[in-house]
Amino acid sequence: MDAPTTNGANGPLLEVDGVTLQYKTREHLVTATYRVSFQVWPSDRFVLLGPSGCGKSTLLKGVGGFMTPVEGTMRLGGRVIERPGPDRMMVFQEFDQLLPWKTVQQNVMFPLRLSGRFARAEAEQRALTYIHKVQLTEFRDAYPHTLSGGMKQRVAIARAMAMEPEILLMDEPFAALDALTRRQMQEELLQLWEDTQFTMLFVTHSIEEAIVVGSRILVLSPHPGQVKAELNAHAFDHAAQGGRAFQTLQQRLHNMLFAERLEAEQALTHG
Amino acid sequence: MADRRHPPTALVRPEFEVRPGEAAQIGDVARPLSTWERINNHPFTWRVVILVILAAVWELYARWLHNPLIFPAFSEMAAALWDATVRGPLIERTLTTIRVLLMGYAAGIALAAVCTTLAVSTRLGTHLLSTLTAMFNPLPAIALLPLALLWFGLGIPSLVFVIVHSVLWAVALNTHTGFLAVPETQRMAGQNYGLRGVRYVMQILIPAAFPSILAGLKIGWAFAWRTLIAAELVFGVSSRSGGLGWFIYENRNQLETAYVFAGLTTVIIIGLLVESVVFRTVETHTVRKWGMQR
Repeated sequence: MDAPTTNGANGPLLEVDGVTLQYKTREHLVTATYRVSFQVWPSDRFVLLGPSGCGKSTLLKGVGGFMTPVEGTMRLGGRVIERPGPDRMMVFQEFDQLLPWKTVQQNVMFPLRLSGRFARAEAEQRALTYIHKVQLTEFRDAYPHTLSGGMKQRVAIARAMAMEPEILLMDEPFAALDALTRRQMQEELLQLWEDTQFTMLFVTHSIEEAIVVGSRILVLSPHPGQVKAELNAHAFDHAAQGGRAFQTLQQRLHNMLFAERLEAEQALTHG
Repeated sequence: MADRRHPPTALVRPEFEVRPGEAAQIGDVARPLSTWERINNHPFTWRVVILVILAAVWELYARWLHNPLIFPAFSEMAAALWDATVRGPLIERTLTTIRVLLMGYAAGIALAAVCTTLAVSTRLGTHLLSTLTAMFNPLPAIALLPLALLWFGLGIPSLVFVIVHSVLWAVALNTHTGFLAVPETQRMAGQNYGLRGVRYVMQILIPAAFPSILAGLKIGWAFAWRTLIAAELVFGVSSRSGGLGWFIYENRNQLETAYVFAGLTTVIIIGLLVESVVFRTVETHTVRKWGMQR
């Protein structure tokens, strides 16, 4: 491990520098992202936005330590990321991320106890606090299979936040939820952020979600993923949704994501 | 004219809003099941009913046949079972068999654990396990008995050897299949906690693959029984005390057919007990509680 070169409080927390990520399928070597660079600062709600196939989930897995870049470096608080670890707790899109053989409370407590940072009583107290924050106190002894999709995602978020990781990684956590539940979860997440101002890296393919949840948006192009723009979105929440500025930003992002299609259409009409 | 925003006026109906009724007025939203419904839902009830019917059919057919030498009635078998239990050697024989069985079963499971750990940790191990399983799983354990007798002599080691062979491959195959089927997200969650090596296998893979492991243990148990009883029938008594297979063999030689049936019934009763008490208890406290199995 390198000595820390940046202090989290007055510099970027996560530095991704010229990162190319590749993975193998049975027949191909796929380049998911090509020389992507960005910086996440403390308390950022940093969103990776792009169409499917832009490597945003792969990039998140890279930061999570599940993949090693073939080119470039990723540093968290100055240390090069080498393997998965509890300082980067991850919330997945799939509902089966909870361990089915543990109750809600045991699921939240498990990483706390494994990390060795907390004694049993302290871990229990902490787990209960975060379960309360996601409004699941009465379900703390329930097994995951008895919960709805939204509740499972809440447990996953509580589990990740209770660890107070340096950065929270969220891989389209609300994508598999229905629209009403999704909106409610977005609001709750923002509420939680106001409480503790944690840093998060959030992957989504929804423009609206990116603007509402994010404070800063990195737009990626597909096949392979390359940086297209980095925009500010800290001024917008659900209440701003009807406003003109919101719609302007939405349109701008929309044009960026669908630029290739627009060009193709123009080529058709003019050619 | 099809216009999305201006449909024909005949299709535009008035809007309305109503207030939903109070839950209390609707009546039973959730009510406990009656005692009869509960008894009816319990698998134990069904099993007892089926067993009683089978015993009745057996009794009636045997009485109609009226040939106790070939096919004794249920009641004659029950009397023989009682006699062999109280006065005869049945309990002693059963204990001998179970002792050998547990030895072989435990050894088989331990070996299977080693094999599957190797198989999940190295690529050579994976291919080695799948090749060995494909080779040895179809090979009847009893076919190895002559060799075992040659190597280990007439006694318990030979029996344990063939039981290990019958348990090992079934358990290893199921466990490995179960490990491979663990969802990617659960694996990544485990790694995310910083779990690696043996702790990762113990804390994530084994509980996540538990339904398959349990299925393997059940199959292994059944295979072990079959193999052991067959082996005892083949080479009979090793030392002073033979097992259940020897009990069956001995009584057949003396044409005590009711006692032969008593011996077979003992095998069946133990099988039923282990299945409906031991394995079912394990199931209710694990995979059923976790919602991995209905």
